[in-house]
Parts: sequence; structure tokens; C-alpha cells
Amino acid sequence: MVSAVFHSPSASRKPLASVTTTSPVQAAAARPVFVGVPDATSASTERPAAAIRPPRDLRAFWLRVLPPLLGFAVLVVIWELIALRSTTGFPSPLKVWQQAVVVFSDPFYSKGPNDQGVGWNVLASLQRVGLGFGLAAAVGIPAGFAIGRFEFLSRMFNPLISLLRPVSPLAWLPIGLLVFKGANPAAIWTIFICSIWPMVINTAVGVQRVPSDYMNVARVLNLSEWKVLTKILFPSVLPYMLTGVRLAVGTAWLVIVAAEMLTGGVGIGFWVWDEWNNLNVANIIIAIFVIGLVGLVLEFLLIRLATLFTFEEVKA
Amino acid sequence: MNPNLTSKFIDIQNVEQTFKTPKGSFQALRDIDLSVAKGEFVALIGHSGCGKSTLLNLIAGLTRPTHGVLLCADREIAGPGPERAVVFQNHSLLPWLTCHENVHLGVERVFGKAEGKAQLKSRTEAALALVGLTAAAHKRPGEISGGMKQRVGIARALAMEPKVLLMDEPFGALDALTRARLQDELLAIVQRTHSTVVMVTHDVDEAVLLSDRIVMMTNGPSATIGEILRIDLARPRNRVELAEDRDYVHYRKAVIDFLYTRQGHVEKAAA
Repeated sequence: MVSAVFHSPSASRKPLASVTTTSPVQAAAARPVFVGVPDATSASTERPAAAIRPPRDLRAFWLRVLPPLLGFAVLVVIWELIALRSTTGFPSPLKVWQQAVVVFSDPFYSKGPNDQGVGWNVLASLQRVGLGFGLAAAVGIPAGFAIGRFEFLSRMFNPLISLLRPVSPLAWLPIGLLVFKGANPAAIWTIFICSIWPMVINTAVGVQRVPSDYMNVARVLNLSEWKVLTKILFPSVLPYMLTGVRLAVGTAWLVIVAAEMLTGGVGIGFWVWDEWNNLNVANIIIAIFVIGLVGLVLEFLLIRLATLFTFEEVKA
Repeated sequence: MNPNLTSKFIDIQNVEQTFKTPKGSFQALRDIDLSVAKGEFVALIGHSGCGKSTLLNLIAGLTRPTHGVLLCADREIAGPGPERAVVFQNHSLLPWLTCHENVHLGVERVFGKAEGKAQLKSRTEAALALVGLTAAAHKRPGEISGGMKQRVGIARALAMEPKVLLMDEPFGALDALTRARLQDELLAIVQRTHSTVVMVTHDVDEAVLLSDRIVMMTNGPSATIGEILRIDLARPRNRVELAEDRDYVHYRKAVIDFLYTRQGHVEKAAA
């Protein structure tokens, strides 16, 4: 379940951004764990509008808002303590906030190929993710269908998949640099090779899990292969596919930051490394928040998409 | 009885069904010889595990027999098809399609080549009207009740104008009141369409009320046909009147006697 409210830091002093997610995506990192069909009833909940007259509703409202606020407050307190005790110049929350105001006041400046606003950095990273991820989907999903449908292909490719899946993205990066001879294609390659696995596996599992009842219906109705694919297989596999996509996006976003740190250029990962080289720790912390927020938005959007296409499995 | 009967519309000859399991081969059915006349309503009844669903699947063509042959309209049953439409126990409606689209899927498959869109649409609507679900045509299965879903399943099967209607405990998952209502509807529909029906059930009252013949199966494994009881009750049948009818009570007793007295001791021994 994801519940979040987004506030632009330059708007008000009270950022309400809080993350409570039960999905294993963020925790799973480079080792994607595939989950079953996303629970249609745990779609993200929207916060009620600010103007609530009945006191009972107000109480429910505060019950939802206070705990995450409290959690965030605990974080800020711990942070402040670390900053106070730090001898290496760890910035306090206030300092980071002031720096954030500066950074976000002009997010789209461009002073040259290696010095761009945070907005450009984020967009550049998203673009790489989009490309690598899109390619992975274009290859991985049809492959998943084939592997799920045909036992022989499944036996052929499962050992390979199990072998290559646990490999860290950073180990793929040098190969990408060698073959593609450029930082950008290498980063996209790394995203591709790391985000393809959840999509293949989840799609294959989805195909194997199509209820035999539906296949019996297809047999009795004597449907053509195309009709079976479009009317039965595809809609039935869609929730699994979307789970694979969700996991892949989480991985891809994780990977791009690491890849960009090593390759440079324009991107949020590069920005983190660059700010480290300039000992601008406040900016690194800002980057952490930005990365987290963008990841959250991506996940949120995909969950929304998933719930649109998940129909309750009808139980007799 | 209908004088225009083709006496062997469905012909099951010496059928045996054995399954290969990791523990060895398991004989589900043996020596099944049965014929169903056109327009006849036959009920298959028996304890759990007596192979009634297996037999229905064989007639549907969803499985092939290990021994023997099944014929429908003098042609061997080689595989499933819309002319032997099946109503499954759990309706098996596709949850991402509306009721109309679910029924239309079958209609399109059977009549799509010969007829235009408007005709297909009117066929679908007629089928839904037959089961009284015109109002729910554009709802998804998730939005309607269990009884309604089962009715859509029946509508889908009937819309294809099958030669045989095969029903596998179609009302088993419903509550008693809905079941009674759907049984009455089925009676009316079958009266109108003169369909040939083979229905698997475990409900004695349902079997006696609906069918022309009850095929009572022995207990599995290696189940076979124990007895066949002919039900000579006049149609149309009214459940309230029949409740006190002597013949109805007599038939009912005969079935229960078979199931609980003569086959009952086998179950007790197995338990």
C-alpha cells in the first residue's frame, strides 16, 4: 500500500511527503522477488480535502496524517543529532532545507554539458530509464509469453535466467562500455539487462497460471489462436505482467543512479557523484530525497495502472 | 415422450478411462455403455469420485477415452466444440468482459462466418433475455451475483445452439433458493428449445425433477453405471405439485436407496 502526499519543498515549511510501502520492491534491490497478483483492494488511498467540517471525519483525517508526520519528525530529529555530533561537516536539516530552496528555485538552468539544473538531471535519468526499460519490455514480455506457453523453451531458458539474474548491474556496466563504446548506451544496456528479468519471469508465471477453466472455455468454444491470445491469455496475464513491470521499474531506477555515478554525463546519479567530489553534502542529501520521490511517483503511477486492469477473480 | 426421438443421439460404447498418475494407473471409469436420445434430459448422479465429471468431460470431448468410443449424431467425438456446449460448475465467465461480450464470444465463434454484426448482436440479446438478464448485459461478472453468473453461463451455452447441452453440477455452488429458481428456469428453457441435456448432479431432488432418465453410478474407482431409472412424470413439471406426488416420491426413494443403501456401504468401508 502506498500513501503519499507531495508538496513542493518551496511551497510550505511542512513537507508531508511520507512513504509507507509494503511492497518488497525498494528492499529487494538487485534481487527482484516476484509477487503474485497485486491486491486490487490496496490501491493508494487519497487524503481527504483540507476543509472537513464533521469532527468525526477530522479525527480520522488526523489519524492518517499524524503517524507519518511523526515518523518524518523522528527522522529529522535523528538527522539533527547526527549533524550536531558530526565533525566532518554533515549538514543539519535546516542547512539542507536552505540549500534545497536554492536548488529548486531554478531547476532547469543549463550552464554547460556537465552543469545543469536538477530538473534536467532528473529528466535525463528518466529518459535513460525509459529507453532501457522500454527495450527490456519489448524483448522480455514476448519472451515471457513464449517461455510460459512452451514447456521446452521454459526448460531451455530457466537455467540461463537463474544464472544471470543475480548478477549485480555494476558488473554488466564494463561489458556495456566495451561493446557500446559510450557512457549513454552502456547505461541503457545496464538498465536493460537488469530490468528484463522480472518481466520475463512474471509474464511466464502469469501465462502458466491462466486458470484452466478459461482454457476449457476456449476449447469448448473452439476459439482461434489469435482470439485465445487477445481475449484470454493477454487479459489474464496482464496483472502478472504489470507486477513484473513494477518490479523492473524499481530496479531500473536503482540501477541508473549507480550506473551514472560511474559513467558521468547528465543525470541524477552523476549529480550525486559530482556533488560528492565538490564536498557538497547538502546536495547529496537533496538528491537522495529526489531519487526517492521520483521512485515513489513511478511506483504510484504503475500501481494505479495495475489496479485499472486487475479484475477481481470471480469466485463461485 | 417426443415421438421424433433419434434413439442414439449420443452413443457411448464400452468406454473406459484410466489416468496415469505418479502412483501408477488409476482407472476412473469402466464398461460405460449409454445412449441418450435426442431431446432427452439425462442426469448423472453418484457419490463424489464416481467419475461423473470424467464422463461428462469425455462426452464434451475435453478428454479422450483410453478405451471405447463416444459418438454424437453418429460421428466420433474427437474434441471439444460449441455443438456440445458445456456449462461449467463455476461458470467460467471471463471477468474482463461484460456479460454481453461473454455470450457474444460464443455466438461469434459459431455464427460469425455466416452472419453479420447486427444478427450476432440480436442473437446475444435473445440469449440473455432467455435467462432474464437483459438488464445486466453491460455489467462485468464481478458486479453480479452467483446465480446471475451461472445464468450467463447457461445463456452462453444456449446461444451457440448446441446439439447437446452438458452441465457439470451447474447449480452446486448456489444457495437452495437460487438453485430452485434456476432449476425452474432451466425446465422452461429446455421445454422451449427441446435441447438434449446431460447434467451431472449430486442433488437427488434436482435429478428427479428435471430429468427423463437418471443414470446412477457406482462408487469409484473403476466406477460404472449401476442403474438407470426412467422418470415418467408428465411435463411441464411443477415442483410444488410434485412434492406430494406418489410417483415423484417413489422415484426419489429409488435413487436414495441406490445411493445410500446399496452404494452407501461401499463408502462406509472406504471411510
